[in-house]
Amino acid sequence: MQRIGVFICWCGSNIAATVDVERVAEIMKSEPGVVYSANYQYMCSENGQQLIKQAIKEHNLTGIVVGACSPRMHEATFRKAAEAAGLNPYMVEIANIREHCSWIHKDMEEATEKAVVLVRTAIAKVKLNAPLTAGESPVVKRALVIGGGIAGIQAALDIADAGFEVDIVEKNATIGGRMAQLDKTFPTLDCSACILTPKMVDCAQHEKIDILSYSEIEDVKGFVGNFSVTIRKKARYVDETKCTGCKICMEKCPSKKGLNTFNMGLNTRPAIHIPFAQAIPNVAVIDPEQCIKLKTGKCGICQKFCGVGAIDYEQKDTFIERQYGAIVVATGFKPISLESFNEYGYDDNKDVITSLELERLMNAAGPTNGVLLRPSDGEHPKVITFIQCVGSRDTSGCGKPYCSKVCCMYTAKHAMLIREKYPDTEVHVFYIDVRTPGKNYDEFFRRAVEQYGVDYIKGMVGKVYNENGKLMVQGSNLIDNEQVTIESDLVVLAAAIEPEPSVRKIATLLTASIDTNNFLTESHAKLRPVESPTAGVYLAGMCQGPKDIPETVSQASACAAKVIGLLVKDKLKTNPCVATPDEMMCNGCSQCANVCAYGAITYIDKEFRLGGGKTEVRRVASVNPAVCQGCGACTVTCPSGAMDLKGFSSKQIMSEVEAICKK
Amino acid sequence: MKDVEMKMLERAKALLGSGEVARVIGWKKGEFYFDPVPASFESVEELSDFVYNGFCGANLSKYLIQMSKKEGKTAIFLKPCDSYSFNQLVKEHRIVRENIHVIAIECQGKLDIEKIKAQGVSAVTEVEEDGDTVKVSSLYGETTLNKEDILLVKCATCKSKTHQAKDEEIVLHEMPESKNNRFDEVEKLEAMTETERFAFWKLQLQKCIRCNACRNVCPACSCIKCVFDNPASGIAAKANDSEFEEKLFHIIRAFHVAGRCTDCGECSRVCPQNIPLHLLNRKFIKDIDGLYGEYQAGETAEGKTPLTSYTEGDKEPNDVVDGEAK
Amino acid sequence: MQEVTTEKKEFVPNIVAFCCNWCSYAGADLAGSSRLSYPANVKIIRVPCSCRVNPSFILKAYQQGADGVILCGCHPGDCHYVTGNYYARRRMSLLFSFLNYMGIEKERTRVEWVSAAEGQRFSAVMNDFVKTVTALGENRKLTDLRVKEGE
Repeated sequence: MQRIGVFICWCGSNIAATVDVERVAEIMKSEPGVVYSANYQYMCSENGQQLIKQAIKEHNLTGIVVGACSPRMHEATFRKAAEAAGLNPYMVEIANIREHCSWIHKDMEEATEKAVVLVRTAIAKVKLNAPLTAGESPVVKRALVIGGGIAGIQAALDIADAGFEVDIVEKNATIGGRMAQLDKTFPTLDCSACILTPKMVDCAQHEKIDILSYSEIEDVKGFVGNFSVTIRKKARYVDETKCTGCKICMEKCPSKKGLNTFNMGLNTRPAIHIPFAQAIPNVAVIDPEQCIKLKTGKCGICQKFCGVGAIDYEQKDTFIERQYGAIVVATGFKPISLESFNEYGYDDNKDVITSLELERLMNAAGPTNGVLLRPSDGEHPKVITFIQCVGSRDTSGCGKPYCSKVCCMYTAKHAMLIREKYPDTEVHVFYIDVRTPGKNYDEFFRRAVEQYGVDYIKGMVGKVYNENGKLMVQGSNLIDNEQVTIESDLVVLAAAIEPEPSVRKIATLLTASIDTNNFLTESHAKLRPVESPTAGVYLAGMCQGPKDIPETVSQASACAAKVIGLLVKDKLKTNPCVATPDEMMCNGCSQCANVCAYGAITYIDKEFRLGGGKTEVRRVASVNPAVCQGCGACTVTCPSGAMDLKGFSSKQIMSEVEAICKK
Repeated sequence: MKDVEMKMLERAKALLGSGEVARVIGWKKGEFYFDPVPASFESVEELSDFVYNGFCGANLSKYLIQMSKKEGKTAIFLKPCDSYSFNQLVKEHRIVRENIHVIAIECQGKLDIEKIKAQGVSAVTEVEEDGDTVKVSSLYGETTLNKEDILLVKCATCKSKTHQAKDEEIVLHEMPESKNNRFDEVEKLEAMTETERFAFWKLQLQKCIRCNACRNVCPACSCIKCVFDNPASGIAAKANDSEFEEKLFHIIRAFHVAGRCTDCGECSRVCPQNIPLHLLNRKFIKDIDGLYGEYQAGETAEGKTPLTSYTEGDKEPNDVVDGEAK
Repeated sequence: MQEVTTEKKEFVPNIVAFCCNWCSYAGADLAGSSRLSYPANVKIIRVPCSCRVNPSFILKAYQQGADGVILCGCHPGDCHYVTGNYYARRRMSLLFSFLNYMGIEKERTRVEWVSAAEGQRFSAVMNDFVKTVTALGENRKLTDLRVKEGE
């Protein structure tokens, strides 16, 4: 038998001035199921709460309704009070008779009548409430960082410095990522390697950090606080524990014609190689596509010359499974493929290059030792034309609709560096807009124009073609309203950036949502920008959207703060208002999982008794209460109504509807 | 059609005889020539009752939910339209594809005995299809009827003659696609005034006796327990208590199968009150096509349905009228 | 509509508003704390997200005598649960068009996106909706007459 208590608050005169609170309390006395009804000046006050507690005890109340201000204001207060009196906190319902009634209506009769309906509605609901208990789940005090670029490095260092174990999983043979390929960084022009490599070394030496290079995520199970991740360590054919990084193998390897991917394919490297001088780990790797021994079985020269016996042609991929409490995704970006941009002649002309290729051509450790020489003939280019927004802000469908954000600044950087180093070089830049918000950014761009005399041309380029060994860049100058053709020796394309394609698989494994451009979606664009909607998954760097190094580092540190905040907890309290399927009615049709933004729903094969000693195995939905956020999307998708939401069950809502509508 | 039937029987015998499958789902002879009933044959002997003729309109796919759970493999004869339902059931994990052997069979459109009776022919003993005409034999002699006039509603506006799933095929003659647009009737209703539409549906749905035949035959409506039998849903009801509930049942039913209904037309075929129930489902199909891009449920056995997907630029509900935003 | 004559008491529609907890319910709170009035015949049911609202809730409201039902949620793109309102939008688009197809006044049911900051808009939306439903008159097409007679 239900024993409901009703408490009507005056809120001083806030409610009492327009709602006849005494009358409301009086009417409620005769509502079915109500055994106690009172009114008081301030229910939220110490005395008001005392009144509630006392009534719960004295009248043995099974549920209470407080007619007061918005539940967003004091629901928690009244739940605590109820709990203190021994009533389950979820047996409390609030009728909002202030914000939704007394404050917006002037006529006392009308407002009182509405308050009566609102309180009745809350009574109807509370009668169907069930006691709920917040669950608990343990937290594994170890974090996984996917991606070993600057974002991953920063996040790992911050988390490790707080005293937690961190694993960095990097798919390449070394950490460092895209930043390691860059020459100088804007707006201060310090050398990228000089600021990055010490951090890489810090990672390698940190006792709490384990770097799993040349490794990929194979499978993810579990949920916030308790992920179980399978990692594939790809065969590098070199024993990491033995290799000393002496590079003798690189010297001796007879197969030297592999494209050096670290140098954007601008030169070659041996089959066995260390990607670059400061690689971490400083351990060789064999490219199986290029290695003569692995392809034909003949050769084995590197093994012969390796002084420590590190070469192992028999090495196989190995799998390790580890548990983590939190996961940071920092998978980074790549420049888009320029296949669909024939107008710029990238595929046909060696001297049409991308900005990332230019980074390597200008880098002292690059293929030209930092001397700017054109790829076709090794000559110094005298006229260089930059084209911005190649595939960015492109609504034609060939490129990306978004702004890649970093191109304006790095193009200004390139132009400036070239003019500084080779003052006799003419530099032109075609642009749609120059976007340089950020500390010292616009000043930086203006220096390029004003101090270094870079020729900025507002307009798009229609065509780049080769005429007698010269690259003719044909475009429009919108300011002077004329067509221009610039005879150039080198053309540099600021290709749009896109998320590293491997992020798709990772997002699927993590059930992290991804947008139409393959950027990972944040939980809230403004207020939860580093969290994925999937609890326990955090986003750092370009995988979430275009951004530069300082922003990436900030985001990585923010991720680390979130991860630390999670890992310091021993247990996580879970929201009890979660979806629950009635297994007897569940069809196992997967519709609910399709709309779950959190990946909270999985399916299990469960045995059911059919009677007569027979059993049947059926696929049924299973909701992980630690992951479910309680939105209810699944409940409406479920055709049989097997899925229901605790605290907002279909019956509860229906009873509210009825209470409001009954005339 | 006789040759197709022979070939089907031959295959059924071979499959059962060799033990390759434990059962074959097809049709067996009913009381009359024109009422073959779906049946599961578990031995070669049982096949003596096997039949496939112009009245085998029933969509057999739904039987697989129970049958494919049984020991051994199940073979099933699927007409092109039935194969869509089959895929949809696979997509929803209601049936296990590996346990089923699909024999895609020829269909030239199935006949409606009521329509034949309406043409003044009763006690039909046999039909012979010949292109656009059908030779109907009855106890009282022979008549040739226009096929178009006696097709089942669902066949008159057949959506496709292409099988969407098959392990083998028995198609001996060309199967020409229907020239009729299945949305014509929906459009006619859309063109009416609101009052006319209300009157139309009121009249139609008043006939509903809540026999649940539509629900029971529907391959999409295959819940273990129907929401109308689920006390937690707040809409549980065994019978139509009021004019409102007549509508409620059909609105909710159509909504639940929206994006999943393959338009197999079984609901209208089995309705004893001849309510054009398919016009409810087709409205959803037409709106989904118009608002979210062409979508045919059951075309594949994978992917999300229109109601379990979205785009950021979807139309606003207040602006939507008849599959477009006004 | 013809039923409401001038002699009778002025028709006051009964309106149910489903509001998502994070945006629209908070918007309604803001309308309250800003003292922005709207008619008392609008009564709000709090749901976690617009995607929690089942078409059957709306139909039930009509059955029980509601004259109008409005569903309010976060603006698309701002859903607290990331994608909930996108699903709600599709469901309601199809439901509204379908009700119209059955000859039921389309304007009785509405979806509005109201953020937590839009107290002003919440009040304006409700005022406007009440006006629309008042003009449509009593909901007769989707009422369970039996329930009323039994009273």
